[in-house]
Amino acid sequence: MATSITTARNAEALRRDERRERLLLFGLSLPALVMVLLVILVPVGWLFWLSLFNDEGVLSTYNYSRMLESKSYVRIFKTTFKVSFLTTLICVLIGYPLAYFLSQLSKRWVTIGLIAVLLPFWTSLLVRTYAWLVVLQRKGLVNEWGMEFGWWETPLRLVHNLNGTLIGMVHIMLPFLVLPLYGSMRSIDVDYLKAAANLGATPTKSFWFVFFPLSLPGLFAGITVVFVLCLGFFVTPAVLGGGKVIMVSMKIETLIDLFFNFGTASALGVVLLVLTLAVLFIAHKLLSLDRVLGSGGGA
Amino acid sequence: MNWLQRPASDTQITHGRRLWLYIIGVLILAFLIIPTLIVIPMSFSQSQYLEFPPRVWGVRWYENYFNSIEWMTATWVSIKAAFWTVLVTTPIATMAAYGLYVSNIRAARFIFVLLITPMMVPVVLIAIGVFFAYTRLSLNNTMVGLVLAHSVLALPMALIVISAGLRSYDMNQERVARSLGASRLKAFLVVTLPQIRFSVVTGALLAFIVSFDEVIVALFISGGDMSTITRSMFLALRDQIDPTIASISTVMILITTVVFLLAQVLGKSKNRES
Amino acid sequence: MGQENALPISIRGVTKTYGEVFALDDVDLDIHSGEFLTLLGPSGSGKTTLLMVLAGFTRPDSGSVSFGDQEVVRMPPHKRDVGMVFQNYALFPHMNVAANIGFPLKLRGIPKDEIRSQVENALTVVQLEGYGDRGVEQLSGGQMQRVALARAIVFKPRILLMDEPLSALDKKLRERMQIELRHLHEQLGMTTVYVTHDQREALTMSDRIAVINDGRLMQLDKPRAIYDHPANPFVANFIGESTLLPVEQHNGVATWDGVPLKLSERDHGVGPLLMLRPERLVFMPKGDDPHFNRFNGTVTEVVYQGESFLVYVRLSGGEEVAVRSVSQHRSLEAAPDIGDSIVLGLHRDETVLVSEA
Repeated sequence: MATSITTARNAEALRRDERRERLLLFGLSLPALVMVLLVILVPVGWLFWLSLFNDEGVLSTYNYSRMLESKSYVRIFKTTFKVSFLTTLICVLIGYPLAYFLSQLSKRWVTIGLIAVLLPFWTSLLVRTYAWLVVLQRKGLVNEWGMEFGWWETPLRLVHNLNGTLIGMVHIMLPFLVLPLYGSMRSIDVDYLKAAANLGATPTKSFWFVFFPLSLPGLFAGITVVFVLCLGFFVTPAVLGGGKVIMVSMKIETLIDLFFNFGTASALGVVLLVLTLAVLFIAHKLLSLDRVLGSGGGA
Repeated sequence: MNWLQRPASDTQITHGRRLWLYIIGVLILAFLIIPTLIVIPMSFSQSQYLEFPPRVWGVRWYENYFNSIEWMTATWVSIKAAFWTVLVTTPIATMAAYGLYVSNIRAARFIFVLLITPMMVPVVLIAIGVFFAYTRLSLNNTMVGLVLAHSVLALPMALIVISAGLRSYDMNQERVARSLGASRLKAFLVVTLPQIRFSVVTGALLAFIVSFDEVIVALFISGGDMSTITRSMFLALRDQIDPTIASISTVMILITTVVFLLAQVLGKSKNRES
Repeated sequence: MGQENALPISIRGVTKTYGEVFALDDVDLDIHSGEFLTLLGPSGSGKTTLLMVLAGFTRPDSGSVSFGDQEVVRMPPHKRDVGMVFQNYALFPHMNVAANIGFPLKLRGIPKDEIRSQVENALTVVQLEGYGDRGVEQLSGGQMQRVALARAIVFKPRILLMDEPLSALDKKLRERMQIELRHLHEQLGMTTVYVTHDQREALTMSDRIAVINDGRLMQLDKPRAIYDHPANPFVANFIGESTLLPVEQHNGVATWDGVPLKLSERDHGVGPLLMLRPERLVFMPKGDDPHFNRFNGTVTEVVYQGESFLVYVRLSGGEEVAVRSVSQHRSLEAAPDIGDSIVLGLHRDETVLVSEA
């Protein structure tokens, strides 16, 4: 039949039309792709390549083995993990109550509360780090008032050490935990809590057995973000650590700035990147699982 | 019934029983806000050391700031770079968001994640990579190099915001426009764009903030006359605590707050959720 | 109905797959110029996909679509010159009513005064005179629907496509709009393709109905013909209520319970299934009537439903059928009780056989 020839012929043309249209639309994302490729992927790949050469320009894993052997590098990684872990922990301890508080507010107050969280979030971290420097130093606000009120006698050492670094980093990272957690809490259907109350649960039990598990996806998302950001963090420990808290990112900067040692710096950077991706990967596995468990168990 | 006895939720828990939560919440919020804001009054202290509250009020450190050629040049560099970053990032992010949203290719998801990578990779690694590349291309200490790097850093944020705006937009409107005779491009410009403009503007404003506040990459690739304000501040902080930084910080807080509030206001007039 | 303002539509071999699934499976369909044709089917049947193929938003894997003499399957949507009304109206919120309606005219380069008068005309046709200045958010659901309609017809398209336009309206309004749309169609005369899952709506409004399921055309005919003579069990069950009883064949004659069925001289359909519609069954008095087929059974349930009531009867073979009677005083009084033995009757002219598939 003539018509069947026509329809068969159309199939080819239609397929071509479809492909052309898709490519055209996909091509809209090309400028962005090119930019990311040129500025991120190529240089980082280049660095990775560089890290595989030792000082004489011979292909080797020298840079990486040095990291494992040298005590100072090991210590830097330990410090980085320690700071990241402690920061994340404190953020969770402070951030969960805050997120819970915000999630229970009425519409009017929530706006104010969220602005209170978002404003520091968008203020330059350099400015905030500086603020802590000023506030925590020996002649700073905290010591001034503490001594005036007689809480302590000699000025506390709150900066240029781990304490100052932690305080500053917690302050920077807190919104990163609170925002996804708040989002997760806000989306918990109040009907679940009503059902729990109706079935006889006290407010405390209702919280631990219903609300808390349902808030876990947001919590894990926040923890992941905070931990990953802490691993690569630079400005705050550099300013508030006073040289005593050395994180991987700071070492990288020193290696380039003072020694122009791209080999070692690249290797460090690559390790940092791999660690970051590993944490993200694990979190992705956990999160997907938890999302399924959370919704399956709670429903 | 006084306020404490009124129920705070449908499960009839009263405000009174929740008081401890309110107190903790307010305290933590104070922890977040106060350091950010405390710099402002401190910057108006006339003495050589920053005090709170300032014993003598004055604008000494502002004079220091505005009279210094280096500081003002750096400020101007940051503002220009942020401005250009917005001009570069916004259209590119909008095109990418729209193209990926509409094209329905399975690879679209993968590409989206790829475009988000600047946010995921540790910034210091990006910084030394770009520095390394720029050294070979003689792009260090240039506005072009700075804007290019900042645009890539700002892209993920703008892309996410604009994509979210597209998702909450009813694509049927564009289809209707096309059924009525408008080509895809025309339908996008006349019908879709006006309706996602709040997301686009928010994305633009966020791109501004990302560029303006950026420290680490600028630390490596901007220098001398092209040094950004953040780079200069960071270097000054590492050496000694110059109280001029307090006045610079206040100005930065002001700029950021204005941009941020703009984004909030524009965002709220379109959606109800922030 | 003028031929100048309508085009026939010819659909040939249209197939659309999504992975393994056939959304449309080799569909052939001819739509007459100026007719009101409804694509009727359950969700996922492919009816909306077919409409989208006509509009140009979905590109089929293969096949041909023609408007009149012109092959349009490869034509982009904005060149097809068809009017379209979506389920959620899709009015442009950043334009007022007049701007919405004038939009297609503006695209066609029509001068401003012309646009204004044509917009006014369109508003009059949908009975919304003077609403031009209103903002979209000030309109009720029914009004939004009319504006969407006005926008779709203002540029005098010769084909109108509608995707479940009334499903968002409440029942009373929907029924009123069905009649209005029908009048509008008669007034303007354009070929209209209407998609719905509501069989009542299809029966009310259409010149012909195309029943679609699983991407395939199940039956194409006038409403009464589809209702009286469904081509297969799916159509029989989807349109109206029915119970399908398998009947035995003895020497080419259909029998029930050993007794040959009395059939009409006119078309009674062919097939191994007997279709029983609740409103066509009656309660037989004693005695033998030559025009009625008889079915013995016991009453299991009586359900009052307002304007009518149902009597459920279990037949001798164990099958359950329902008999629907109008709730008039007399019939209510005469209604049987649960447990009664009863004889149901089906007039030979209403006895219809349905083929397997």
